Amino acid sequence: MMPARQSDTMLNAATTPPLGQAAVPVLDIDNLYLEFPVYKGAIRALNGVSIQVMPGEIVGIVGESGSGKSVTAMMSMRLIPENSYRVRTGSIRKSGRNILQASEKEMRHIRGKDMAMIFQEPMTALNPTMKVGRQITDLIRRHTSLSAGQAREHAIALLRDMHIADPVQIFDAYPFELSGGMRQRIMIALAFSCEPSLLIADEPTTALDVTVQKQVLMLLRERARKTGTAILLITHDMAVVSQFCERVYVMYAGSVVEQGITAQVIDRPAHPYTRGLLGGLPENAEPGAPLQAIAGQVPNLADLPGGCAFRNRCPLQGEPCSQIPPLMPLADQPGHSVACWMTAGEAAHV
Amino acid sequence: MSDTVLTLDNIHVRFPLNRNWRGHPRAWAHALNGVDLTVRRGETLGVVGESGCGKTTLAQVLLSLQQPTQGQLRWSRQSGRPNVQIVFQDPQSSLDPRLPVWRIITEPSYVKGQTAEAAMRAHAARLAEQVGLAPQSLNRYPHEFSGGQRQRIAIARALASSPDVIVLDEPTSALDISVQAQIINLLFSLQREHQLTYILISHNVSVIRHMSNRIAVMYLGQIVELGETATVLAQRRHPYTRMLLDAVPVLGTPLPHTDVAAIPELPGNRVLPQGCFFLDRCAYRMQGCGQRQSLTSVPAGASAHCVRCHRFDHDEFDGK
Amino acid sequence: MATTTAVSPLFSSLAYFWYQLRRSPMMLLGLLLITLMCLAAALAPLLAVHDPDAIDLGSRLLPPSAAHLFGTDEVGRDLFSRVLYGGRQSIGVGIFVAFMASVIGSIIGCFSGIIGRMVDTLIMRLMDIVLSVPSLVLTMALAAALGPSLFNAMIAITVVRIPYYVRLARGQTLSIREMAYVRAAETFGAGKPHIVRWHVLRNALPPIIVQMTLDIGNAILMAAALGFIGLGAQQPTAEWGAMIASGRNYLLDQWWYSTFPGVAILMTAIGFNLVGDGVRDMLDPKQKVK
Repeated sequence: MMPARQSDTMLNAATTPPLGQAAVPVLDIDNLYLEFPVYKGAIRALNGVSIQVMPGEIVGIVGESGSGKSVTAMMSMRLIPENSYRVRTGSIRKSGRNILQASEKEMRHIRGKDMAMIFQEPMTALNPTMKVGRQITDLIRRHTSLSAGQAREHAIALLRDMHIADPVQIFDAYPFELSGGMRQRIMIALAFSCEPSLLIADEPTTALDVTVQKQVLMLLRERARKTGTAILLITHDMAVVSQFCERVYVMYAGSVVEQGITAQVIDRPAHPYTRGLLGGLPENAEPGAPLQAIAGQVPNLADLPGGCAFRNRCPLQGEPCSQIPPLMPLADQPGHSVACWMTAGEAAHV
Repeated sequence: MSDTVLTLDNIHVRFPLNRNWRGHPRAWAHALNGVDLTVRRGETLGVVGESGCGKTTLAQVLLSLQQPTQGQLRWSRQSGRPNVQIVFQDPQSSLDPRLPVWRIITEPSYVKGQTAEAAMRAHAARLAEQVGLAPQSLNRYPHEFSGGQRQRIAIARALASSPDVIVLDEPTSALDISVQAQIINLLFSLQREHQLTYILISHNVSVIRHMSNRIAVMYLGQIVELGETATVLAQRRHPYTRMLLDAVPVLGTPLPHTDVAAIPELPGNRVLPQGCFFLDRCAYRMQGCGQRQSLTSVPAGASAHCVRCHRFDHDEFDGK
Repeated sequence: MATTTAVSPLFSSLAYFWYQLRRSPMMLLGLLLITLMCLAAALAPLLAVHDPDAIDLGSRLLPPSAAHLFGTDEVGRDLFSRVLYGGRQSIGVGIFVAFMASVIGSIIGCFSGIIGRMVDTLIMRLMDIVLSVPSLVLTMALAAALGPSLFNAMIAITVVRIPYYVRLARGQTLSIREMAYVRAAETFGAGKPHIVRWHVLRNALPPIIVQMTLDIGNAILMAAALGFIGLGAQQPTAEWGAMIASGRNYLLDQWWYSTFPGVAILMTAIGFNLVGDGVRDMLDPKQKVK
């Protein structure tokens, strides 16, 4: 069975590009194999990952520890130290520009301006010794030619856009004076200050309280719609993905095992891993009843078994599974692809 | 079945802040402001709330690590110190990285002075089996295990001294979802096997819903709603309970298209509000909210369901 | 379950150590230097052709040659032998001082950190007083007050180094006290002695060991400094610092007199510093890939 070409399924699933022409993906990771050499071998962090984000889209990557989702995010901004990883094959392009081969100088120009990132722990991402307003204006002035006064006005306007009640007061505050939710808003303000075309959000709401989380996600969506920024959201929380992302990639042990429109993937998960993940959620079980746990553990990335990485834990394991399955579109949901020999041929149950 | 293990009676805890030059505190952080609670044997009591609600302080009071500034803690145990153990949120920092696992599990015995190594190793092996750890892995160090396994080690340690009550402080928040399911199942089976009483503290409403018999919703150091899980989650009488549950992301439901609001800031606990603690953020204000609210039982409910809100602690004439 | 390979643990950890070394050429260099200097000092009786104290006025101030590899001093003693034997003094002092200061300082620091309150404040202020005096000046003053001898020099250097360890150990103790595993121990009813013995000591050790390794180099330099001003080992004992001091008078024409002991100090101190840096990098948890 021929694996579907990613860009074909993309164009079907995504919103129509403005002028009817094929849009350049804002982020295009193509068949990336990446490993970290360690003592006696290498940790194979990414094994043939292909992910696209089209302009203005909100895409999610869902996975657990060792899935490679954070590595994907960090590599997209080339934030991993040069000599600790090795790319076997594949490429990453940002709006057509090759990220893996760009010089560090070019990357510094891209980061912040074309792409931005927000992290899980805003306290460690903000400089604790500098007022937050100054951190925003520093970033603005680095990438634009605004004067100090203009940058300040821009920053305060940004803070107001973040629905912060008293932006002038917050401008002069230090990070430790602010709550977690407020700091995350500052991070978002920083991220959007240069109107990047792509925002990567790595578990942005995991450390936040649930009432704040909702507001932060709504804020992200509002800002992204306004500036046309695409968002790549990395998370382990399926519920957040289902609320927020238009499309989703499910990653396991360094590969994408399922992808498609969020509603379709959550409604009708095709990969046994996705099914296991969703089935094991307390939301999907009777209170007090045992949860359907996936047996076994995540494989050691330095010592991956041949064939499908999920094989040893899969209830549907069979003969063909000794070959790594490619992503194959489901017959009745072409926008929804799964990397599983056993389930790719299933049609929807009526 | 439901005899009481523990009663908390009007517990207040406050911490001194910013001592002036003479050592007198200039301000206080009021962590717990009048907590009344009974814990029944064999139940799982879920405590849910957001940052600053006091659930961490409550855990410390239960563990006798923090003395209440006011109020009383009464254990129903006949003699000796109550045996309360805790399983922490972060399996990484709750295990000493430089001790082998069998030694970590049997630490409670070491504290009491029983240090015969062979006996300790045997004890550790028995506990390891109960929590699903391979006995041959007991000589290893914590960093050689995955997060889920480390949490199992922590649970084995909590079981080591045959406790009366185990406080579970966000036991699955730092774990992957697939591991979360395994740990929850383990906690269930251990509870059945050993007739354990759990106090489950979490901000994850789904886990609380799944595991708890009763729920206590906390806000700013007080319990604002208390009752059987199903009842509280269905009725959501207190406005904060309603706000909290509305914010929980539900699978398959997209984000609402309402406007983004200003950040819901939790009021600091330095200066407690004069009236109802939730007044600032409450959408159902009316007359009478300017007074401190007390936890009153809902008369219509079959089981003890209490709400700290004068507007919603009873049904209206039309049954609402 | 993680797969276990059937390799003897000692062999695999040695192999792993070698792997770490290959990635850190500086540490390799440091290890080589230390090994060289320590072997030279240890094997001094075998390597020294001449008696280091043998005076031979007929061979005064000879330049380096086959017979006298480093030349001779102003009373005809062979400098090569004196440098070898001097190494015993200097390296011995370095290791002794670093070890004693770290042990004594750590004990005081842990004690201070775990007791807290008034005792802690008193000890820290005492340490502050010692630290407020420039260390070389204080060392010299102490050594002078105690009387010029190698033993007194060691005491002086040790006393002046102790406050650094007290601070380090106390800092470690304070942060370990807050860790979740210590809280857990407290919930089982563990008292302070149990916590110190089982948790604080073993977790505080790595940074202290790193500091100790780095300190050996400093101690050697300090001992040489004291020897230079005549407060260390007294004549006729060979001592690097003293040899440099004596050679000052002959620097222009007989360059070898001061140079060789100086190079010996340089190599030894650099060697220990490189190893100390390497040990610190190896123990740094951020080295591990996520």
